[in-house]
Amino acid sequence: MIKKLFILLAILLPIKAQALIEVDITRGNLSPLPVAVSPLSIDENSKKGFEKILKKKDIGSEISIVIENNLKQSGLFNPLNKDAFLQKRDIAHLKPRFEDWALIKAQALITGKVTLVDEKLRVEFRLWDVLAAKEMLALAFTTVPNNWRRVGHIITDKIYERLTGEKGYFDTRIIYVAEQGPKTKRIKKLAIMDQDGFNTKYLTLGNELVLTPRFNPTNQMVTYLSYFRNLPRVYLLDIETGIQEVVGDFPGMTFAPRFSPDGKKIIMSFATDGNSDIYTMDLENRIVERITNHPSIDTSPSYSPDGKYICFNSDRSGYQQIYVMKSNGSKVKRISFGKGLYGTPVWSPRGDLIAFTKLHKGKFYIGVMRTDGTGERLLTENYYQEAPSWSPNGRVLIFYRETKTDEKGEGFTAKLWSIDLTGYNERQVSTETDASDPSWSSLLSN
Amino acid sequence: MNLNKILKNAFLVVVACMVLTACATQKKSTGQMQGDVYTGTDTVEYLASGVPDRVFFATNESVLTTRSRDTLRKQAAWLRKNPDINIVLEGHADERGTREYNLALGERRANAAKDYLMTYGISASRISVISYGKERPVDSGSNPLAWSKNRRSVTVKAN
Repeated sequence: MIKKLFILLAILLPIKAQALIEVDITRGNLSPLPVAVSPLSIDENSKKGFEKILKKKDIGSEISIVIENNLKQSGLFNPLNKDAFLQKRDIAHLKPRFEDWALIKAQALITGKVTLVDEKLRVEFRLWDVLAAKEMLALAFTTVPNNWRRVGHIITDKIYERLTGEKGYFDTRIIYVAEQGPKTKRIKKLAIMDQDGFNTKYLTLGNELVLTPRFNPTNQMVTYLSYFRNLPRVYLLDIETGIQEVVGDFPGMTFAPRFSPDGKKIIMSFATDGNSDIYTMDLENRIVERITNHPSIDTSPSYSPDGKYICFNSDRSGYQQIYVMKSNGSKVKRISFGKGLYGTPVWSPRGDLIAFTKLHKGKFYIGVMRTDGTGERLLTENYYQEAPSWSPNGRVLIFYRETKTDEKGEGFTAKLWSIDLTGYNERQVSTETDASDPSWSSLLSN
Repeated sequence: MNLNKILKNAFLVVVACMVLTACATQKKSTGQMQGDVYTGTDTVEYLASGVPDRVFFATNESVLTTRSRDTLRKQAAWLRKNPDINIVLEGHADERGTREYNLALGERRANAAKDYLMTYGISASRISVISYGKERPVDSGSNPLAWSKNRRSVTVKAN
């Protein structure tokens, strides 16, 4: 729907040249690339027009701030202070004086131009290699003015892709649980926001407890656990229409839902008589299939991106461990063998890794291992943190962290955090309220 | 009838053995806790005089302790005397576990209590079960005592 509003006007083919800058994102990036994001230029008429429509004084500058923040948050880029910029923004966009930009140590330069055309927002931008004195990328977009932040995200995705060789993750959303109130009577609502913490919308009112929301592959549906009428069940919510329905007709609690990679099934746990097993329900024909049948707890299922395998959490060995099986439930194999307990396995969108939560000696870790259990790497340690979710390019994990309370049992907070696969660039993700159970969408455009 | 009784006794022996082996491994008593099972009365409410409403569990466990079985027998006696009362068993976990696993663990704990009540003659039709996982702690503290109070199954009147 929103996708259609974007019309790619012109793609000026990037000029292929040797020795253009490249960012290596496979290693921890200790020296982020210095980049100058020149405020997008804007003519007086357009400026006045947008001020009326968007109540923003200088939309060109605002969009460049979105880009700059994205680049900074990625940890791979170091946006330079604008006070040091020598060249005027409109001229820089036409013909940058590379010596000026090299002088302030910029290696990449981003310039652009914003115009108001028939009540629409037209944005063009260029990415320049300062040292090679060459244009690397030039694109233009036209959309409704209200989409201006998304334009900033899409531009960042294009820049990220051009410089790292991998898809970006900026034009995405996070669905999560917004929390408030005392720890013993927490009020929880479903909330959705842009990846950078803006445009927060609340999808439920907080009348009932809600947990663990997850997007479908097209980001239009969400599956989650709701305690509506004190019956904890997996629900399906259409974000645009707001229509909700219970998934399946189970005589007990269903929980830990996720979509299959084709979006046609929901996989979840069903608990009855003290035993939790994994089931799927086909959303078209409503057929329910039992995947595991074991007297232990089987939960937190997550499909491999090709849909052929499922990783899940089970205590069949006595304690919580991670297992992998074929998607029909056969060939169950334990993959976690390190010290401690393992939970919340989630398969990476690239297919090669499984992220997890580990509890060992009173500390909680977010980590990754290969799908056969080898190569375990712990990325971060804390008092309490769990439930990693992958960015669509498989480079960043978002999770939530809770704090220890003081002697009076006060001071509890829950916040979203993100960390690179490399273990670098750990950051708090800004949210309007306390937050938990984040789930990252796929890219909204392209 | 007779067979029923034999089975019931056999079940109790098995449970007792399990509890004894569990106790053998960790027998530290620290005032309000035995091992890491809460034995105090801070949060306990009463369904009737002398009938505590809740039982407590060890970390990651759903095995009923001797004390828990004693509490549940009192509840069963009270329920037999009040045949019109139905109950909800609310299973809970502490905050030191992942959310989804804790939901399953809470369900397992509440069902451990349900099974025991049933062996004492309470019909399954009078009992419903709900798990809150780690979502509804009674004590907001971040220490072993607070966690022990939160690992519980609470019997609540449904009508």
